[in-house]
Amino acid sequence: MSPVEFTYLEAISNALIHEMELDPDVIIMGEDVAPPFGGAFKVTKAAGERFGARRVRNMPMTESAFIGAASGMALMGMRPVVEVQFADFITTGFDSIVQFAANTHYRWGGRIPWVIRAPSDGGLRAGPFHSQNPEAWFVHSPGLKVVAPSTPADAYGLLLAAIRDDNPVIYFESKPLYRSLRGPILGGDSPIEIGRAAIARPGRDCSIITYGAMRHEAISAADALADEGIEVEVIDLRTLKPLDTNTVLESVARTSRALVVHAANKMAGLGAEIAAVIADECFQHLDAPVKRLGGLDIPVPFSPPLEDAYRPNSTKIAEACRRLCAW
Amino acid sequence: MTSTAGEPRRSTDLLTTHRWMVLTRTLDEAIRTLWLTGKGVGGTFNQIGHEAISVGSALGLLPDDVIAPMHRDLGAYLVRGMTARRLLAQQLGRASGVSRGRDANIHGCGDLNLGIIGFISHLPQSLPVAVGAAMSFRYRNQPRVALTFTGDGGSITGLFAESLNLAVLEAAPVVVVVENNQYAYSTPITSHSANTNITSRARAAGAVAVNVDGNDVEAVLETVGRAIGEARDGAGPRVVVAHTMRMLGHAIHDGADYVPAELITQWEKRDPIQLVEARLRELGTSDDEIEEVRVGARTEVDDAVEFALRSPMPDPADVTEGVWA
Repeated sequence: MSPVEFTYLEAISNALIHEMELDPDVIIMGEDVAPPFGGAFKVTKAAGERFGARRVRNMPMTESAFIGAASGMALMGMRPVVEVQFADFITTGFDSIVQFAANTHYRWGGRIPWVIRAPSDGGLRAGPFHSQNPEAWFVHSPGLKVVAPSTPADAYGLLLAAIRDDNPVIYFESKPLYRSLRGPILGGDSPIEIGRAAIARPGRDCSIITYGAMRHEAISAADALADEGIEVEVIDLRTLKPLDTNTVLESVARTSRALVVHAANKMAGLGAEIAAVIADECFQHLDAPVKRLGGLDIPVPFSPPLEDAYRPNSTKIAEACRRLCAW
Repeated sequence: MTSTAGEPRRSTDLLTTHRWMVLTRTLDEAIRTLWLTGKGVGGTFNQIGHEAISVGSALGLLPDDVIAPMHRDLGAYLVRGMTARRLLAQQLGRASGVSRGRDANIHGCGDLNLGIIGFISHLPQSLPVAVGAAMSFRYRNQPRVALTFTGDGGSITGLFAESLNLAVLEAAPVVVVVENNQYAYSTPITSHSANTNITSRARAAGAVAVNVDGNDVEAVLETVGRAIGEARDGAGPRVVVAHTMRMLGHAIHDGADYVPAELITQWEKRDPIQLVEARLRELGTSDDEIEEVRVGARTEVDDAVEFALRSPMPDPADVTEGVWA
């Protein structure tokens, strides 16, 4: 292991600084992001201290206007990195994203190389307006790339790649990982290719396909199941669009069992698409139906016992794997 | 007008302006004829009555400036250098159209080589995009201006106020032309706006805003030209509310029988092309010179129609091409 470890949040912050050093057209814009405040979660604090308010720019509380403005800047060749304070608030800029940024290149060839950083996910007792995982809406919109890193190394490398990508990229950060998760990052110029899943833990009996904070719950579950003699493979998608179906299908072809896990509600979530792809293209290898574990189809509730009932965790994942392997 | 600095940076010969307006009208009428004779594809929009605004505004720009027109601004596309051929091929869904068959009618006519940002149907979504382009000019210390358009309907949205607020905060060199053509589809301004004074709403957001007669191209040239100059000089955003009348329906399918006939009759007397021709005659232009302009426009448009009709359709094998940059 590298001697220097970083939190997930520091990895994002370091990636921003790396790209801003490299390219003066990379700027940060969002609510409360500028120095000295540095954002609701302080992700932009170090960048603000380094580059000042000219490049780390506060925006008024009007996502529709400043996401649209980011598109205009990007069309002129800049690479704005927009922070929406919580992923939940991205809806107020939804029109700008899906009706313009997403389709412009297909419609007339305009390039919109922005990144929207969206602090998402729950488990923090933050209630319906500060706990959402809205990735499915964007995966459903042609023309957007969507990434959801789960480790400091991926957070760093995928942010470099997202900023350099010529398409609009939604970068879903997992809030519960910000300060709780530490790990090595390669640092320097080490982008991670968008569109490549990773085998987070190899196994032979069952494949868990997941992303974001659920990667860690899945690995905990896999560790527990290993004691019972069940070897689970954990696939971390890392990029949600374009989806690396090859890695998923190759894994399921080996294990013959698939469980898709995400913190977003299960109904019409990304898991539905992945389950359908597996059923379509891997049916002959399956020994059991493809299963999904997601949030309940309710607003994310606040009170701890209610949120715990809503949200998948390692215990629920392990139980779902046991049932799948007993099929 | 709280004019501070800047005269129009480009003196424009009125006969040239007239030529653009006639070309716009002629092309618009050709589009209408194609649709009314069953040769159209899908729906389309006409812009008759808006020529002075689109042409007069676009003529105030310099080559490096950027424009984000809407669906009544056919003239702005032409002035920026988009040819009648490309525009008609676009209307008919041809491979040689601006969007290569990917977007409909006057939507999707973006071409950054000409400084044109394609129209965003969700009015006034072009506003924040133009504000952002202007923010990039300021960030990079470039002496460029972004010009965009919306309508009376677009001016009542939250995004109108939000975009102007952002533009003022950022001192963005952007000019917003609001084409008050009295109707948002079938709804008259008196029904959709509690406050029909659009300049006052722009001012409420902190922007400098002025009115102009949108059928008088000389007034548009002067007023928008001054606004562009002021924006370029660092005075911040400018809003120009151009008053006009949409002379046909919202789109080709729409007979607009909800518009009182007397309103149309009243505005027909103020047709922008007739007005500029009267002014040209005052200045000594002969009927022959004006007729020559009309013939020239018809020749160019006839050629464009022929080109578009014989242009091949796009290849469905390529339908997924272009999603990613």
